Amino acid sequence: MIGLPEIWAGLLALAIFIYIVLDGFDLGVGLSFPFLKTDQDRNVAMNSVAPVWDGNETWLILGGGGLFAAFPLAYSIVMPALYAPFIAMILALVFRGVAFEYRWRDVAHQKIWDRAFFFGSLLATFSQGVVLGAFVQGIEVEGRAYAGGWFDWFTPFSLACGVALTAGYGLLGSTWLVMKTEGELRDQAYRLARLAALATLGFIGLVSLWTPFLSPDIAERWFTFPRLLYVLPVPTLTALAAAILLWGLWSKKDWAPFPSAIALFGLCFGGLGIGIAPYVVPRAITIREAAAPDSSLMFMLVGALILLPMILAYTAYAYWVFRGKVDPAEGYH
Amino acid sequence: MFESLDATILARVQFAFTVMFHIIFPAFSIGLASFLFVLEVQWLRTGNRVYLNLFKFWMKIFAVAFGMGVVSGIVMSYQFGTNWSVFSDKAGPIIGPLMAYEVLTAFFLEAGFLGVMLFGMERVSRKLHLFATGMVALGTLISATWILSVNSWMQTPAGYSINEVGQFIPENWFEIVFNPSFPYRLVHMTLAAYLTTAFVVGAVGAFHLLRDRANAEARKMFSMAMWMAAIVAPIQIFAGDMHGINTLEHQPIKVAAMEGHWERQTGAPLILFGIPDQEAEENHFEIGIPGLSALILTHHWDGETPGLTDVPADQRPPVVIVFWSFRIMVGIGLAMAALGAISLFLRWRGKFYENSLFHKAALVMGPSGFIAVLAGWVTTEVGRQPFTVYGLLTTGESIAPVAAPAVAASLIAFVIVYFAIFGAGTLYILRLMRAGPAQAEEQHGKPIRSAGTTPAAGLDPKAFPAE
Ligand code: HDD
Ligand code: HEM
Ligand code: HEM
Repeated sequence: MIGLPEIWAGLLALAIFIYIVLDGFDLGVGLSFPFLKTDQDRNVAMNSVAPVWDGNETWLILGGGGLFAAFPLAYSIVMPALYAPFIAMILALVFRGVAFEYRWRDVAHQKIWDRAFFFGSLLATFSQGVVLGAFVQGIEVEGRAYAGGWFDWFTPFSLACGVALTAGYGLLGSTWLVMKTEGELRDQAYRLARLAALATLGFIGLVSLWTPFLSPDIAERWFTFPRLLYVLPVPTLTALAAAILLWGLWSKKDWAPFPSAIALFGLCFGGLGIGIAPYVVPRAITIREAAAPDSSLMFMLVGALILLPMILAYTAYAYWVFRGKVDPAEGYH
Repeated sequence: MFESLDATILARVQFAFTVMFHIIFPAFSIGLASFLFVLEVQWLRTGNRVYLNLFKFWMKIFAVAFGMGVVSGIVMSYQFGTNWSVFSDKAGPIIGPLMAYEVLTAFFLEAGFLGVMLFGMERVSRKLHLFATGMVALGTLISATWILSVNSWMQTPAGYSINEVGQFIPENWFEIVFNPSFPYRLVHMTLAAYLTTAFVVGAVGAFHLLRDRANAEARKMFSMAMWMAAIVAPIQIFAGDMHGINTLEHQPIKVAAMEGHWERQTGAPLILFGIPDQEAEENHFEIGIPGLSALILTHHWDGETPGLTDVPADQRPPVVIVFWSFRIMVGIGLAMAALGAISLFLRWRGKFYENSLFHKAALVMGPSGFIAVLAGWVTTEVGRQPFTVYGLLTTGESIAPVAAPAVAASLIAFVIVYFAIFGAGTLYILRLMRAGPAQAEEQHGKPIRSAGTTPAAGLDPKAFPAE
């Protein structure tokens, strides 16, 4: 039965996915920073995301705030369980967020803020990957609270997910640059993107093989007949997206790699969903158990259904205003 | 080292520290966004370049302040879960949706149009740019509305019931959003933000007037700021009084702590000075004006006012903090109104731009709004202790099952990072303020690249006068 809790689970999943794609590419641009050759390259790379990054990050607030509002029990279990990686993520986002303005305001120390931008992006990305891995792997719950230890999140699997997401955001960032820049900078972006693409595909394979071994439950979801028939399209489409990505990168079609990287993320995200639903804390708390009362969910749903289309519309408009390749001569505000 | 500090205390310190840092930026950017909108309207209406120069100048400052507000805000929204998870589980069904509405109606609006406002001057028409500025300003106000509704609900809960697992369940959303203290808090905080900005703008104007009285931009901003001070400060005092009277009805013990009254009494004095003693239940070195507190709170010389001893000792807030923070806020409010009154007098005498003593006073008063805002929030929040949801959920019960070392470690990290990052940001804002809007004038004749300096101009050493 689809009720309010399921609708909200879907909306939240959508918000988190939008976050991953949008902030994924601007964090990815941050990851590319030490590999770019000149200051001018870094200026252009920064300017390609400066007008939109704040909007991108707002999806993270919606993800966290939405979890709090729709599934308060899950929020109150997941946050203390993943305390350290969450704190690391928000501190890293502080560094990265202020770097956008500070590097122009203090040109004498631009190097420092460029480094803050890179390390902030790196730590935020890695922490998000760890959060994801630790979450998939499962959280110990007793009653209505987290019952595990302080370092339960720290496992080979979660660390591998951290590295995997770093490669993935690197791919989104470099393919974004491929799409938004020209000349020498674009060539550098192509080189980065090719590396990131190979790494990302490798990690997708690794994590996909590893996940079923985490719990018999996940394995069962994937490898039993007739479920196999429903889930089979996921790996098939993933292979297709990977093929388009590699083709775009090696035959230098500027417009192709970024959308196919997004498609890859979408498919992995969908695959993850297959491994988790109907739980909101994997194998411990279901969507229904954690859901806020219907009166809360209904109150928010009315607003969300009216506001989300408006948000998508003006966000699209903001991207439209800054469409096309970035003009290297165009300055900062 | 941490044995004596339990996780609750550490989490409280961490919350107080991070939220006090956070509020500094919104208090400024709520007012500044509206100010920018007014400047842009005036520019489009009159075509006077002074307004455009001021707009570009304050927009650069806004960009830095806003960025700090955003990153410190993200910390806040995750902290509810990491440190206050029991509170999140219990109060989530009520305050969660309000905060979700804040994200949907305010944060996206601000963030979506911020890019167009900061970078889009050359790319969109003037009208559309003005619209973007307006949306950013509107977003900051909507944001304040929702978060204050949340906070007010925690102060004066309404429209809820409690279910079998102890969660607060919404019964009537209208009563929840428009809970008894919300209208007062919203008005008082919005005015506070406008006043804070007015005094900052006024101080920057005064600083440049002291250097050069003919500076057109400085004259304009100083005059605009002082009009705000003269008009809004008295309104704020009135609004604060109403707020206090409302608090008397719903949180009498908080008012007793603010007033420093231990006994329930009639004709209570207004205590000007005193050192409240929580153990002895009395004030040392008390100086007061007989009957005045009763008059302010009840509008009768012999009205009855509550005392702290009305409730058991473990339900009283820390009195010294509340008592003094309240006096600091009120003192600043009165000083602001006084400066506003002086400004009117000097305008009338034609000495408004000449009296350098007055300009110096305005310069000194520059940061006063921030201090008043912080003092006001300390009064409000410490005054409702020992509860997070007033009368229903104690602070001690709200804490997450976190271990003290984990909270201590994150607290230390926050302190270091915040002082470094926001210290640098404040320094950059001060530098911009010192350089002043005159720079924008140099661009006369030259084509305007975009709204403000270009990176090339940013590299110009003149833009950053040596220390
Ligand atoms: C520029 C800032 C500013 C100024 C000049 C004042 N206030 Fe204020 N005050 C605030 C900024 C503020 C605030 C930060 O906005 C608070 C904290 C929470 C709130 O609702 O508003 C606040 C809280 C607050 C409260 C606590 C209400 C409660 O907790 O329920 C009272 C009774 C007053 N104020 C009263 C006054 C009076 C009588 C003032 C004038 C003399 C005054 N305030 C000046
Ligand atoms: C931004 C301005 C604010 C300031 C400066 C402020 C200040 C403080 C301070 C000083 C404390 C510690 C009180 C104590 O432990 O004795 C506190 C506690 C708290 N405040 Fe606020 N507050 C602000 C706004 C808010 C808002 C908008 C909310 C709700 C959404 C909120 C929720 C809380 C909670 C949950 C605590 C719990 C911890 C505790 O009570 O110790 N605060 N705040
Ligand atoms: C505990 C309480 C609070 C939480 C959880 C919180 C959360 C947040 C978050 C997540 C952001 C970033 C939004 C973005 O990305 O654009 C933010 C910014 C903002 N907050 Fe807060 N906030 C709190 C208290 C307050 C208070 C008391 C006010 C004002 C009355 C306020 C007003 C604003 C405004 C105007 C912004 C926009 C950024 C800026 O102006 O600097 N917040 N807040």
